Amino acid sequence: MKEQPAIQIDDLTVAYNYKPVLWDIDLTVPEGVLMAIVGPNGAGKSTLIKAILGIIDPIAGSVRVFGKAYKEQRKLVGYVPQKGSVDWDFPTTALDVVMMGTYGRLGWIKRPGNDQKKASLEALEKVGMLAFKNRQISHLSGGQQQRVFLARALVQDATIYLMDEPFQGVDATTEIAIINILKELRKRGKTVVVVHHDLQTVPEYFDWVTFLNVKKIATGPVKDIFNDDNLTKTYGINYKVAINN
Amino acid sequence: MPPKIYSTNKTMTSPQIEIQLIAAVVAMACAIPGVFLVLRKMALISDAISHSILPGLVLGFFITHDLNSPILILLAAITGVITVILVEAIQRTGLVKEDTAIGLVFPALFSIGVIMIAKNANDVHLDVDAVLLGELAFAPFDRFLLNGLDLGPKSLWIMGTILFITIFLVIMFFKELKISTFDAGLSASLGISPLLMHYGLMSVSSVTVVGAFDAVGAILVVALMIAPAAAAYLLTSDLKKMLLLSIGFGVCSALLGYWVAHWLDASISGSMTTVLGLVFLFVYLFAPRKGWIAVWYRQKQQRTEVSLLTFLLHLNNHSEERERHINHLQEHINWQRVRSQTVLDLALKNNMITISEEIVSLTSKGKEFTELALEYILTNRDEKIEPMKDDFFLFRG
Repeated sequence: MKEQPAIQIDDLTVAYNYKPVLWDIDLTVPEGVLMAIVGPNGAGKSTLIKAILGIIDPIAGSVRVFGKAYKEQRKLVGYVPQKGSVDWDFPTTALDVVMMGTYGRLGWIKRPGNDQKKASLEALEKVGMLAFKNRQISHLSGGQQQRVFLARALVQDATIYLMDEPFQGVDATTEIAIINILKELRKRGKTVVVVHHDLQTVPEYFDWVTFLNVKKIATGPVKDIFNDDNLTKTYGINYKVAINN
Repeated sequence: MPPKIYSTNKTMTSPQIEIQLIAAVVAMACAIPGVFLVLRKMALISDAISHSILPGLVLGFFITHDLNSPILILLAAITGVITVILVEAIQRTGLVKEDTAIGLVFPALFSIGVIMIAKNANDVHLDVDAVLLGELAFAPFDRFLLNGLDLGPKSLWIMGTILFITIFLVIMFFKELKISTFDAGLSASLGISPLLMHYGLMSVSSVTVVGAFDAVGAILVVALMIAPAAAAYLLTSDLKKMLLLSIGFGVCSALLGYWVAHWLDASISGSMTTVLGLVFLFVYLFAPRKGWIAVWYRQKQQRTEVSLLTFLLHLNNHSEERERHINHLQEHINWQRVRSQTVLDLALKNNMITISEEIVSLTSKGKEFTELALEYILTNRDEKIEPMKDDFFLFRG
């Protein structure tokens, strides 16, 4: 049997109030790639991620994770939502938020114990946030909050990671921390899909890229398809960025 | 006017104890779902539920002729959940916002209930006053009899059961409630359906409101749900502690409210709610971190510290004596005398400046502080100011 791609999306259409946000998307994410999803605001980038994760129901199409429906493969997929999607005034600590990453494997009712705590502390250390483990999350800077989210995804111990704008509004320290984690994940053979805004850094950080604007414009290795032609098609204007090989 | 339960001697009578017990159990049962409603920014939904259960309640009463019947509670609770579904359906049209949808749904359902009562006023021992304000004082008269054996007031059994189920559910599904409240997206991706948790919470809230409503009425049950949670929210940053604090506030206010009512010869539910309001006001003013006074003090400190930093930067930038003369503060930086004095005192106290012959100079400590602060402002990197945090509020979140 041929090896299954990490994610296989066929004819996916998602609509809000009958207005298509994603239109007939076919997309294959091969295993082991570090893929950026780029596109203008309202292109449906977050929606694509949410549709893969079953958070939004598509009106048509299918998503397969290693050949099976997402529901059967939950434990293989880690998720970093947009930082702005949660209330950071929620009464909880950094460690507690990271522990939430273990809830999926635990399943209903079972409570996290020492193993989960240990894994969460290790994840906090990896993102350089161990010193802040007991800090209330509203007292963390934006970059620190993003690193807590990343640690939470690491604790999920997944094979595929979906990240929604992890670089948005972060400081330099956090950006470096995230890149190092991404590189480490790739080294370990994980598949990472990142909604990304900063076009300048695409060739530097990623090896695959998908151009999206309601429809899929192009997908493939960065060195082959990250060019002015596709950028112009995606963003609608004559888009020029400095691309270093 | 609710009837008074007098005690002719100094010890509490049995009905008095029973009323307080019911009040305490109601307060606990309300405080628990209240915490999650407050955290989900759904406080108004409890208001909607408490009113819109009326038609379900009246319908149940027609069928069972017993305000404490489980069938009635179930019917009313279903009306509560229907309210939530209606609000969400109207909201989903995208034509109006959530608060408008709530404002549309619950008066409609409530008014249906009021008409139902009015139309059948002759056969029904149910009046609008009791619905709105409750009759805690009557509660001990309705006994739970089993084979002729008196097991105590019926409403105590009903609320006790609801409380027991609520506590059981919160303990079982604590982690699910937490994650679906904090991050519905991740929760859904992990297979912990936020929708299921949402409707679970709505069902528990509806049942609690119906059960508590007999004791405290449709309006005041909202206070019992929201006020303890709101006060606890200002005091802690731990969900478990928030739950315990809410329960504590609820029970204390209920008991204190009872005795206030006793002394003032006033409505029990009214006094309980007043006490709840006062407890919240007290916490709002005096909470150590988030309270009004703490925030005011912190902002005042921050203003002073920003002034200090401005002053130190000024000294750092100017070597000429004219710019560092003590009177220059008033003239050039244009501060009022009081602020200048505060800033000078603060800088002196921290050994950041020296003053000789009215000329101000930075000490080496002052220079170091200024440079670190500058670097922090430019790079926004926390480690730059970590060692200074103990001396100053300035850079605390």
